[in-house]
Amino acid sequence: MKTPLAVIVLAALLPLLAGEYYINLASQIVIFAVFAASINLLLGYGGLATLGHAAYLGVAAYLSAFLYLKLQLAHWAIAPLALIGTTLMAGVFGLVALRATGLGFLMLTLALSQVLWGTAYRWVSVTDGDNGLRGLARPMPFGINMNEAMPFYYFVLVIGVFAIWMMARFVSSPFGATLRGTRDQPRRMSALGYDVWLIRWITFIYAGFWGAVSGLLFVYYHKYIHPVSLSLANSAEGLLAVIAGGSGTLAGPIVGAAIVLLLKNWASAYIERWNMLLGFVFVFIVVLMPEGVVPGVKRLWQRRSASRG
Amino acid sequence: MQYWAIQTLNSLALGGLLFLLAAGFSLIFGLMRIANLTHGALFMLGAYIGVSVMRQWPNLWFAALAAGAAVAIFGGLLERFILRQIGGNVLGQVLVTLGVSFIIADACLLTWGGDPIPIPTPPLLQMPVRIGSFIFPAYRLAVVGIAVVVAIALYLLMERTRLGAMIRAGVDDPQMASAVGIPVSRLFSTVFCLGAALAGAGGVIGGPILSAYPGLDADMLPLALIVVILGGAGSLLGAFVGAFITGFVYTFGVALLPDLAYVILFLPMILVIAFRPRGLFGKFAA
Amino acid sequence: MAAALRIAGLKKSFGGLPAIADVTLEVAEGERRLIIGPNGAGKTTLFNLLTGDLSRDAGSITLFGEEVARLSTWRRCHRGLARTYQIITLFPKDTLEHNVALSLLGLSRRRWSMFGRLPASFYADAREVLARVGLEKVASRPIAEVAYGEKRRVEIAMALAQKPRVLLLDEPLAGLSREERGQLKSLIAGIPRETTVVMIEHDMDTALDLADRITVLHYGRVIVEGTRAEVVADPKTREVYLGH
Repeated sequence: MKTPLAVIVLAALLPLLAGEYYINLASQIVIFAVFAASINLLLGYGGLATLGHAAYLGVAAYLSAFLYLKLQLAHWAIAPLALIGTTLMAGVFGLVALRATGLGFLMLTLALSQVLWGTAYRWVSVTDGDNGLRGLARPMPFGINMNEAMPFYYFVLVIGVFAIWMMARFVSSPFGATLRGTRDQPRRMSALGYDVWLIRWITFIYAGFWGAVSGLLFVYYHKYIHPVSLSLANSAEGLLAVIAGGSGTLAGPIVGAAIVLLLKNWASAYIERWNMLLGFVFVFIVVLMPEGVVPGVKRLWQRRSASRG
Repeated sequence: MQYWAIQTLNSLALGGLLFLLAAGFSLIFGLMRIANLTHGALFMLGAYIGVSVMRQWPNLWFAALAAGAAVAIFGGLLERFILRQIGGNVLGQVLVTLGVSFIIADACLLTWGGDPIPIPTPPLLQMPVRIGSFIFPAYRLAVVGIAVVVAIALYLLMERTRLGAMIRAGVDDPQMASAVGIPVSRLFSTVFCLGAALAGAGGVIGGPILSAYPGLDADMLPLALIVVILGGAGSLLGAFVGAFITGFVYTFGVALLPDLAYVILFLPMILVIAFRPRGLFGKFAA
Repeated sequence: MAAALRIAGLKKSFGGLPAIADVTLEVAEGERRLIIGPNGAGKTTLFNLLTGDLSRDAGSITLFGEEVARLSTWRRCHRGLARTYQIITLFPKDTLEHNVALSLLGLSRRRWSMFGRLPASFYADAREVLARVGLEKVASRPIAEVAYGEKRRVEIAMALAQKPRVLLLDEPLAGLSREERGQLKSLIAGIPRETTVVMIEHDMDTALDLADRITVLHYGRVIVEGTRAEVVADPKTREVYLGH
């Protein structure tokens, strides 16, 4: 329990030490960490590699922006509607994608999210197409003005910590133990009395819900949503964060999200070609560091302390 | 009437292009269990290489052959020097192909710029063809013809040659195939190159209809995926039927409900997945 | 005694080749039934059909009078059917007690608990079951770190933990030393009679002692069935095993 608390305290102290630029960067990292952690539920704990998770981030963001800009609803009404709508969509997508496992599952999730991506470009009356939906204002909980970097960061941090805590509880629950069982030995799990399909479907919906939460935070941060947020590249960035950090660990997606965003941010100062760098990082990580950074460092640490003792 | 006749031809032409793209994807997936996500990028790379070749030698057919060969070499190198290194790591292989597709897309943007580059239709096929009371663009008819010829050639390759017999054996049971002495390693490289070549040449052949533009890869990949999901992985017939179904659904979707053309693509996919998860002609559950 | 397990006209083929051509058999409640037959006779396929790992082409499977052939695997488990695997199918990174606890959890409503913790009682119960198979000392070690013979016993412990009404043992003695086989034999012999046991085994010396009745399977058909003496005396058994 010590390490998570220390991380939260440090994260809470950050605005005292850093300027606005870094506070905003930290907000983005927290949002991206929630997104990556929701992918990790499927990939790391369920063994289900999804390449379509941007669908939930993007649809929740689009729903919020659409309801706010075109129907002029209030944020307190929009947020639950966007979350419920996106979660229902996750339920339907899960019915389709979980007809397969392994590569079939991956291709189905990819195809489903690409359909949404294409629709976001073409359904101009709803999405404003390539222009994206612009002009959303941040919510003002308890009348606090969230347009400043610092209050918004604390808003994101509170929700982000809650989200990751809820996901951590989920994977350490009895249900989480059965989920890991379905990843390792699905046949045995059926023989032990578990409905493997239902376990996966529930997890798929739960992961979709937290993906939607990250989408709400995402659209609050940017006040803007564009089809690119639904793209394969966005799903892939989330997946990369999970793999880079270490899938199937709690810290993995958080560390991975920080690595990917810092890299992206650093790179954008020097080069224009983020996608090419992203591609090279993908190849590099998969070929050279398939276990991820967190387990890799952990292993080195254990080896070091073992040689000391 | 003329409008619908043209839409039908457009569907067939798109179906033909999708077949060129998806046949290789399907064979690679069926034989090697690699979901090659570079396939859309290889199609686009082919189109751009075609653009450059035609600046020197303005002949579309020569450009298609040259682009096919160049992309095949690229695919071969990718298979041998990267994918093979992480054989057995199924997820890793998919992610690497995804990473490489980002690299290709960005390299194309860097080399050929952000504006769409049209690829001219061969002069002989620029004349419209009159059939009965309908007028058709000749080039689209030619694309359908090429797809059918390639399909027949691939069918003969699969059914009548030793290579084809080995591929079929490998798709049915990869372990058994290597146990009975089929040189699986060489076979993998061959099929990967063949699939890449089809995608690359397909990009040039599609050029006069689609042009070469950044994002062509991302537009084609989902269509190819849907073709394979519909038709079933590893099946040539499945790729053929799936390509034309997708071509029709997409073209008529765009014509009738332009906003929701992509959503309409869902429908056949969901129907097939619901009743036959392995696809119409699939040999195994993906 | 009522029939615990009744199989009638069961058929399954793979790509036109029949693995189970036509099997009809009945196992009484509390019985120990041994199924033998040469490799490829369809023994493991039969188990997979009983548990629902494979779906049958035709025929019926009844468990204590209830037709289960259309039920999914996990539902059959909840009707009291448990199995072990010929090829060790455990959770290698988890501890022995976690493996057995998963088995206990499978029949508990708590398996749907998404935000609670697994009660310590599950681990206590798991250690109790592990003690019955003599593994209490290594209960907190990961599966990957224990010996093969111990993994075999975990397989059985996981099945016993569920207090099944019908237990399918798929070659429980495979790959064990003479001494280990002796231990496992007394373990199987000690299974209470409330549990009906159906066992596939190649090691006749050990297995024949455990069995009340024996079924000989050949090319997916039952060719001989009876007591030990009847089966040994039957010329068809010799034919299958000795090729006369």
